[in-house]
Amino acid sequence: MSTYILRRVLLLPLLLFGTTILIFGMLSFLTPTERSALWVQNIPRNERQVEGIIRKYGLDKPIYVQYYIWLVGNKDPETGEYEGGLLRGDLGYARSASQPVMDIIKARLPNTLDLAIWSVLPIVVIGILLGVIAAINHNRFIDQVTRVFSILGWSFPTFVFALVVLMIFYAGLGWFPPGRVSDWANQVILSGDFHTYTHILSFDSLLNGRFDIFLDVIRHMILPVITLSYLNWALMLRVTRSSMLEALRQEYVTTARSKGLKESVVIFRHALPNALIPVVTIAGFTIVALLNGVVITETIFNYPGIGRAAARAALNLDVVGILGLTLFNGLILIVANLVVDVLYAVVDPRVRLS
Amino acid sequence: MEKQKNNTDESKLVERRKQLLEVTLDGLPERKIGRLERALGPEPYRILKGLITNPLSIVGFFILAIFIFIAVAAPVLAPPRKAATAYRIPRDGFHPTPQEPGTVWESRPPPVPFWYEPITGKEEWVHLLGTTSGQWDIYYGIIWGTRTAFKAGLTVTIAVVLIGILTGSISAYYGGRVDNVIMRITDIFMSFPFFLAALTLSTILTPKMGRSILPAIIALIAFGWMGYARLVRGDILSVKERDYVMAARVIGAGDRRILFRHILPNAIFPTLVVASMDVGTYVLSFAALSFLGVGTEVGYADWGQIISFARDWITDLADYWFVVVYPALAIVFFVLAWNLIGDAVRDLFDPRLRGTT
Repeated sequence: MSTYILRRVLLLPLLLFGTTILIFGMLSFLTPTERSALWVQNIPRNERQVEGIIRKYGLDKPIYVQYYIWLVGNKDPETGEYEGGLLRGDLGYARSASQPVMDIIKARLPNTLDLAIWSVLPIVVIGILLGVIAAINHNRFIDQVTRVFSILGWSFPTFVFALVVLMIFYAGLGWFPPGRVSDWANQVILSGDFHTYTHILSFDSLLNGRFDIFLDVIRHMILPVITLSYLNWALMLRVTRSSMLEALRQEYVTTARSKGLKESVVIFRHALPNALIPVVTIAGFTIVALLNGVVITETIFNYPGIGRAAARAALNLDVVGILGLTLFNGLILIVANLVVDVLYAVVDPRVRLS
Repeated sequence: MEKQKNNTDESKLVERRKQLLEVTLDGLPERKIGRLERALGPEPYRILKGLITNPLSIVGFFILAIFIFIAVAAPVLAPPRKAATAYRIPRDGFHPTPQEPGTVWESRPPPVPFWYEPITGKEEWVHLLGTTSGQWDIYYGIIWGTRTAFKAGLTVTIAVVLIGILTGSISAYYGGRVDNVIMRITDIFMSFPFFLAALTLSTILTPKMGRSILPAIIALIAFGWMGYARLVRGDILSVKERDYVMAARVIGAGDRRILFRHILPNAIFPTLVVASMDVGTYVLSFAALSFLGVGTEVGYADWGQIISFARDWITDLADYWFVVVYPALAIVFFVLAWNLIGDAVRDLFDPRLRGTT
């Protein structure tokens, strides 16, 4: 297994490098005016300013020099100080939000994280449960119902499901509003008394002992969580079902049954743990996908996460902004995929051996 | 002594095996192999037969047939004002408040279809499914949006399959360094979240190419081919080891001939199946992109965009439900049709489930 992990880790720098190349390739489609957002926040007002930026940041130099400058930053010839630079954590300015891309990420990643944490539990637990129920009742009525349920979930566009949910629970019943928190809660949060420990609002409100704010946060997150859950249950359910069906046909299950064990023991102690191995990967990828910001869901529920920032940048044709966010997400994804793969190898001895 | 015993055992075994073979072969009813099965080969025939006997996929084919009819008959179902601008949804004024289904067209109605008067007995063309905010006709948008959905879904699918076959087969056939480079490139493309990457690329392409359905389609293709490349590569690697490929090589067939005549036809089938399952996903992604306002110009007949008009009325959706519900039904049924077929295919293909479902 150690060679497998080692190989994956050694590939990591190559992947990261390739990712930056791809993003830089897309950047080079842009006009100098658009690309100037990498270095200055304001749109240059006239030709002379554009030319000044081109000269200062070497936008007329050979492509590999430009890549190098983009990566490590631009060195000021007089002071010797560096400005910008990907490796120094500078992704340029998102003009659609009038702030540096890194500031957007810092401000919004905790929100996206908050939503991801609260979505994972229902997705994984209920998804697995439904999959097990479907597998136990293979080809019976319940199986067909869950099957239709999962195909429907698979066929629903996120934006349609989200809008319908919003239509029913917000416009119709008025139970769960979109957004992040109510105004009164926001005022409390912005006032000096509210301490930020983790930046994740649902945890912070509990740590501050403000149970009312916690409830308000949850109330705003219920609809996005429902949306994300329903759409992801489909996959979870399918994978659990087919892998459970396979596990139930194994000989050790027959052995367990013939020993006279109770059916529930056979299912939950013998079959399920083995059936869960492929589910672990899917769960891992689901978490990664949730972390990557769920563009549509956040946009419709007006939830201030990374996904909505990306949608806004796209709508305003703010290319540097959205490229920065995509690059950041790509880097997260690469590392997260590595972790998931390694975990998979740890969990499943069969992978380890091959 | 011992050796002799072994010999007799072996001859007994051979005898027994002969008996068994005869018994089983005699006991089996003879199965007729029809002309279709002979033409398609056993595996595609089995899939095809499974598809037309499975109730879920029959429903899928039925829904799909309706959509094909709508797409083909669009000029008759919803006649455009001018054929050249058929994909632009006609507006009835500019008022921001959506109008109920059945409201009469007021300003510049498009031609009334011939079937309308005999069925309803009225002469005036109405907004059959209402209008969105900004008075775009929902019915017209759904009808012509069907064509957009087919165009986008099929173009993306065909393109990603072709690119996948090309890169995958080069990768598998040449192996070594070529394989390594191509696979690392797919890794890099895969290290971006699919939707976000497509959103980014179409944002970049839109100002360069002008507003049309092309930027979104190209973006979906650019970040969609990798799975197919890997799939084709894997299939070819397994087919490559078969005896008939070796035989072809022995009689001196060239690289290209072996690849195109012997390996690809046998490796391609699973890829096509996966592709049929993915059409729905691509239509969804395309609709989601245009929902976010990337790609097509405002008022283009496209389901995602019609739904996006509803976002201004979220608080009043209880009154203006039709703005969401009708286009939503179109998308859901369209994707559902593909997924029902794809789901049946997947079960037919899963060797673990063979004989159980």
